[in-house]
Amino acid sequence: MNYIDLHAHMISRTTDDYHRMALTGCLAVTEPAFWSGRDRLGPQAFADYFDHLTTFEPARAAQYGIAHYTWLCLNPKEGEDRELARQVLALIPGFLDRPNVLGIGEIGLNRVTRNELATFLDHVELALEHSQLIHIHTPHLEDKYKGTRVIVEALTQDPRIDPNRVMIDHAEEHTVEMILGNGFWTGLTLYPKTKASPARAIDMIELHGADRLIVASACDWGPSDPLAVPEFVLEARRRGHDDALIQRIVLDNPAQFLGQSPKFVPVKTGRAPVAADG
Amino acid sequence: MAAHTNTGLLTQTQLLDLYFMEHRAGLLALAAFLDRLDRAQGADQAAEDFRLRALREALHELTSPEPGRVKRAQLRLSDQTLDLLDLRDSQSAFGAPARPKAEAEP
Repeated sequence: MNYIDLHAHMISRTTDDYHRMALTGCLAVTEPAFWSGRDRLGPQAFADYFDHLTTFEPARAAQYGIAHYTWLCLNPKEGEDRELARQVLALIPGFLDRPNVLGIGEIGLNRVTRNELATFLDHVELALEHSQLIHIHTPHLEDKYKGTRVIVEALTQDPRIDPNRVMIDHAEEHTVEMILGNGFWTGLTLYPKTKASPARAIDMIELHGADRLIVASACDWGPSDPLAVPEFVLEARRRGHDDALIQRIVLDNPAQFLGQSPKFVPVKTGRAPVAADG
Repeated sequence: MAAHTNTGLLTQTQLLDLYFMEHRAGLLALAAFLDRLDRAQGADQAAEDFRLRALREALHELTSPEPGRVKRAQLRLSDQTLDLLDLRDSQSAFGAPARPKAEAEP
């Protein structure tokens, strides 16, 4: 089945992964900005990174017929350093006109500190100022519930925010209702240990319906699977769901959300995967 | 009738046929981990470790007859305050909320 992986850190994956994603029907990926494994030492490192995301990565994906889009920001893991944040925020507008940039992301919170929240709100202002879509990271593990509540409350108090232009990602069972209930797009990222599994994502879809729900691999340099979305497709079929519902989750919903950016080119549906995926 | 009833497509028997073995394995892995902790060096040091305590509390949810077990287990493993940290204390999360020192060491 054709799909869009709305959250994939391809800079940390090999070209073989693009190959395998193409074989299983991937038409497009969107790549949020990412923590590299260490806090970067200055704004020039981010300039190099943003240039990579907007030049090399789309070219590498294109070799496999995959459209590559990206989101720009400081990742929440680097939001603590306010001076660095100010310097990087000043850089971002210089990259927003590049053809594969869809918005600001993945902004959000990590350990839910005062500085992280200030950096998050600065990114929201930048997105509003430049009419950008927003892609949001919610914290890991014990911080997720608290961080998601802080993010949702901050956004719902701002009348300028249109929740239909905001994706709040990494939802799990204890946060999905507060995200969906406030009108935001909701991401269920599939990860071997620290996020949702394909089976749990399907549980949440069965309980909450398919409106404004998206799944993604969130693949990066940690234990993760760039084929998590096709694994979700297989699991949903085992659970008895028809292809119309599955296509809505893995292709139609992400295309609808991303289509709010004029730079997103509608994907050709019905394109046959290369492998015998059916 | 509970709100969640009939939201799945398969019958209970079909779900058991498809998934019993993997969840049986998961149960035994958890039981073996708890036994391994008992046999470990310095076992007394970790009896009140915040992660182990949260895990044991979350395990109670698995024997509950009420649906919503996974959400309640997640909340047992979550910091449910809304207090912002003054400064980042670490880059990574731990999987369970660390208790305040006064509570951890009465």
